Amino acid sequence: MPETPLLQHVRVGDPYDLKGYEGVGGYQSVRKIVGRMSPADVVEAVKDSGLRGRGGAGFGTGMKWSFVPQGEDSPSPKYLVCNADEMEPGTFKDRMLMEGHPHQLVEGMICAAYAIQASVGYIFLRAEYRPSELLLLKAIAEAKEAGLLGENILGSGWDFELHLHTSAGRYICGEETALLNALEGRRATPRAKPPFPPAAGLWGKPTIINNVETLCNVPHIINHGSEWFKNLAPDSPNGGTKLYGASGKVKRPGIWELPLGTTIREILEEHAGGMQDGLRFKALLPGGASTDFLVEQHLDTPMDYETIAKAGSRLGTGTMIVVDDRTSIVSVVHNLIDFFSRESCGWCTPCRDGLPFTEQVLRALKEERGRGGDIDTLRQHTKYLWLGCTFCALAPGAMEPLMSALKYFEDEFQAAIREAPRPGPANQEPAAAAAAHG
Amino acid sequence: MLSDEERKELDHEAEHYDYKQALCIEALKIVQNHRGWVSDDAIKDIAEYLGMDPTEVDSVATFYNLIYRQPVGRNKVHVCDSVSCHILGYEKIIDHFRERYGIGWGETTEDDRFTLIPNQCLGACDRAPCILVNYELHGPLDAPEKIEDALNRYA
Repeated sequence: MPETPLLQHVRVGDPYDLKGYEGVGGYQSVRKIVGRMSPADVVEAVKDSGLRGRGGAGFGTGMKWSFVPQGEDSPSPKYLVCNADEMEPGTFKDRMLMEGHPHQLVEGMICAAYAIQASVGYIFLRAEYRPSELLLLKAIAEAKEAGLLGENILGSGWDFELHLHTSAGRYICGEETALLNALEGRRATPRAKPPFPPAAGLWGKPTIINNVETLCNVPHIINHGSEWFKNLAPDSPNGGTKLYGASGKVKRPGIWELPLGTTIREILEEHAGGMQDGLRFKALLPGGASTDFLVEQHLDTPMDYETIAKAGSRLGTGTMIVVDDRTSIVSVVHNLIDFFSRESCGWCTPCRDGLPFTEQVLRALKEERGRGGDIDTLRQHTKYLWLGCTFCALAPGAMEPLMSALKYFEDEFQAAIREAPRPGPANQEPAAAAAAHG
Repeated sequence: MLSDEERKELDHEAEHYDYKQALCIEALKIVQNHRGWVSDDAIKDIAEYLGMDPTEVDSVATFYNLIYRQPVGRNKVHVCDSVSCHILGYEKIIDHFRERYGIGWGETTEDDRFTLIPNQCLGACDRAPCILVNYELHGPLDAPEKIEDALNRYA
């Protein structure tokens, strides 16, 4: 039984073709379930495994699949969409899975599509991943040629067509309802929820959207069982391995497949080789740009959904960004907010206007021309742009690193304030403000 | 007017979708591939093919950072300016372009060789700071010689 199922057959630069992959057991999961197991039993097996989404939100995969209406009267066609729009800053794990083993993803998609009885699937791929694009096109063509995709798969009477859709940029396309609008050829702004995609998604039909890494886990759960999957992560209430990554000021940036719940310290020190020479650790974002900073006191925290949440952040994509003692936190936060400000789709006012405003305040602080009151202004915005005030999770995601930076590194922000408060009612004593307004 | 070649590629892609509008982004990319960028006339050509309103097609075109709504140089240099590349100093790549080629963000060299465009995280943080030139990834570019080595491949 493999301990690193996801990367076991990953060969970047020389991935398996269909024949090579079948030689090491490829597509056994498809042969095991299609026409032989009921779709409901596949959903149950994935539910039992404890697999949770690996794209950032962490929703239970089997649970999500079970929301798709089934039966003769249910709407059709049903769609399966793979979210391969990996664009969370600091995240580069799905690229490795697609470049190193495209057939694993195709296999996972066939299994998932069978479980939800989808007849059409799309891989929504970011355009920058050109090598992945070419390899996936080849893998899809090979699988189709072998009767693993298309009509009457393995003589079961079940049809499933898989297409590759390459996008053209924009972070918001990773938000699942924006992704659906993008696939439909509309401007990619998010949709109102409910209805949620499993009920009404692509062209109003039931649609499941799963991340690349999530789907790549599915064949292994089918081949080796839910218990095996859970046992891959003995210290976790959830199942499986996780692709962890590290970038920033570490010695050996990279991606490693480790049991879910491996500690930050082990990833940082053993796998990433610790900090670059002469630098000290200051902080890290555990799972991409939209997760809260963690600091020294959190290093022994297991990288798992619940434990990272308890430490005040989110597991996110599981790829950490490491900041050293010589890098200014204010400049890092400015970079993050600048990113989110540019990537705001512009649909709702708090995000469209609030993020650029926040960016300007941070730019002033970064250039050491901050004014008294700037920190209060930033704190206010972490409330104005929080969940419930905006249409989707982009702006709240942006506020996570800002809030936590203010919590742990307020002194760095204070040190950048060189000028008196901005004139105006907000920064005056109440009496003076009242006088100014007559 | 769409060329025969463009129309052929569009017809081929159309088979993947039940609805024509879904082809919009693909159509923009196909036309851009042939013409270098997406002009107002190109928007109208695509709208006619898809049965959409030109303003609707434009609202899609202007949304995406990899669709060029103005002329660009022969080689499109997308520099990652997201967090890991920031921590590892992508700004030095921009300085290099300013000093050596005299261009900043959004600008094209006089000889049309390079256009410099900011890009969100390229998903190659293990190779930061990195750039994408005509969809080819280069990194880490943490020294002027490495930047020049990468750029020398593009005439």
